[in-house]
Amino acid sequence: MIRVSGAVKAYGATRVVDGVDLELAPGGVTSIIGPNGAGKSTLLSCVARLLELDGGTVTVDGLDVHRTPGDVLARRLSVLRQDNHLTARLTVRDLVGFGRYPWSKGRPTPDDERHVVEALAFLELEAFADRYLDELSGGQRQRAFVAMVLCQGTDYVLLDEPLNNLDLRHAVAMMRLLRRAADELGRTVVVVLHDVNVAAAYSDVVVAMRDGVVVHQGPPSQLMRTDVLRDVYDLELTVHHLDGRPVAVPVL
Amino acid sequence: MTLAPARPVTPTAPAPTATPTRGGRRVAFGWAVACVVALSVVSLFVGVSALSPGDVLAALTGASGAAGRDDLVVLLVSRVPRTVAVLLAGTGMAVAGMLMQVLVRNRFVEPSTAGTVESAVLGILVVTLVAPGAPLMAKMGVAAAFALAGTALFLRVLRAVPLRSVLVVPLVGLMLGGVISAATTFVAYRTDLLQSLGAWTTGDFSGVLRGRYELLWVAFALTLVAYLAADRFTVAGMGRDVATTLGLSYRAVMNLGLVLVSLVSAVVVVTVGIVPFLGLVVPNVVSRLLGDDVRRTAPWVAVLGAGLVLVCDLVGRVVRYPYEVPVGVVVGVVGSVALLHLLLRRDARVA
Repeated sequence: MIRVSGAVKAYGATRVVDGVDLELAPGGVTSIIGPNGAGKSTLLSCVARLLELDGGTVTVDGLDVHRTPGDVLARRLSVLRQDNHLTARLTVRDLVGFGRYPWSKGRPTPDDERHVVEALAFLELEAFADRYLDELSGGQRQRAFVAMVLCQGTDYVLLDEPLNNLDLRHAVAMMRLLRRAADELGRTVVVVLHDVNVAAAYSDVVVAMRDGVVVHQGPPSQLMRTDVLRDVYDLELTVHHLDGRPVAVPVL
Repeated sequence: MTLAPARPVTPTAPAPTATPTRGGRRVAFGWAVACVVALSVVSLFVGVSALSPGDVLAALTGASGAAGRDDLVVLLVSRVPRTVAVLLAGTGMAVAGMLMQVLVRNRFVEPSTAGTVESAVLGILVVTLVAPGAPLMAKMGVAAAFALAGTALFLRVLRAVPLRSVLVVPLVGLMLGGVISAATTFVAYRTDLLQSLGAWTTGDFSGVLRGRYELLWVAFALTLVAYLAADRFTVAGMGRDVATTLGLSYRAVMNLGLVLVSLVSAVVVVTVGIVPFLGLVVPNVVSRLLGDDVRRTAPWVAVLGAGLVLVCDLVGRVVRYPYEVPVGVVVGVVGSVALLHLLLRRDARVA
């Protein structure tokens, strides 16, 4: 259970996250959506303890993320940020292996090696395992980083706009993968997304943010309504049902 | 919880190419070590006093009498200490350069392009002025403190530079080093210490004798510490966010690394002077060949660093025989050419 209460994060006079209360039950895929500047990524970074809060608390399974020792939390919660530019030349296998750091502390056991092999297989990266990251395409590199956070073996996996810079084919593959991580591996996946239709198609719960607060939380069917979407995006969107799936289309 | 594979994973899943390359690397590493050992032996017999392996053998068997004792003195008081000093200084500076590149996340920084060694020299000047009779250990301590402060200042300036392009980082470091050097030179000029300053700033092993280099073992111990913490440095080199996610205290690793770099730089400057660019050239070559996993590359960086300084020192000893060219000059020539090559390389911007 991820519990956010009264979370505030301000940059100067701007409160980017302005009093968020949120409870996310374990399991499944939760998407956080909202217009640019709604505070989605900032909230995710606060939950992942990458940013200090200016007020409020975040707990994961009862552990306050900003007070619990980093190595304890690293076995429960992993996060992948948006821009993962590495200056270090590492092979895919090395990178994924470092996902085991919270467990191995640099002395990998056969169990750690097994996790690495499984993560590489899960993301179909075996063929690239010994290539350097700078020799891969954007989609392959993104998969390598996802393999790393999955390999960390945490119950909670947080991802900040993992579809950035991915074409349609790779974006769909990535969302299917996150779905499988939740369904087959039992991970709790929390993902910040841009596209409301992608969020509706692959999530169990959608959290909508606007101006630093949560304005809606619920299953996709409750979100995909013209009045709800108007509150979130300040935009007229018509919701069509195609093959039984809701699709929001802006009114021209 | 375990990761269930999507598809059945065959037991041979670890890439079949990995094993031969790993084995190949080990063989290559063996050769590299052998070459450095061979060069070290050569180094024992290159110098102004004629000394050959035969002389040593004769001296050891007592066949050459008093002359033999002199030969042994040359060997044990001058040649062996000099060779060991070269190896230790080369190892230390190369590994310090690698650590700095990993932690600053820039391929072009090393202690002599970040204000670290210049600050160490300033520290030596200050301690010479304030407490001329201070023991070597105290001098080193002061130099290390200055080196640490200089490196911290460098990082502070970097944070304030708005456009953090890959090439701006070393330029900032070189400028900062220039400013610190200018201040040092001014003080040395006013206090009549310019000549001593010259001795500290030009890396030179010709003055190394038994009793005057042992501090370098401290640098070697620090290098070992760096190796033991190799994984932490690699993780920290992936950035604050990744390090935090993996449960590592980024600040703590950063501080450890910078203390190690400053101490090693200070020890080397105090004992033999500045050996420029070494920490730049060697780690970059190793990175191109083997990547940036510190645990894997550190031994290579150490051995190749020792080897490069040894070759440069041998060249310096032979090129104007019986006079010597200081090793700092030789490494400086080799290193600046290599730096230009790295900077002008087509993919420098993405390095």
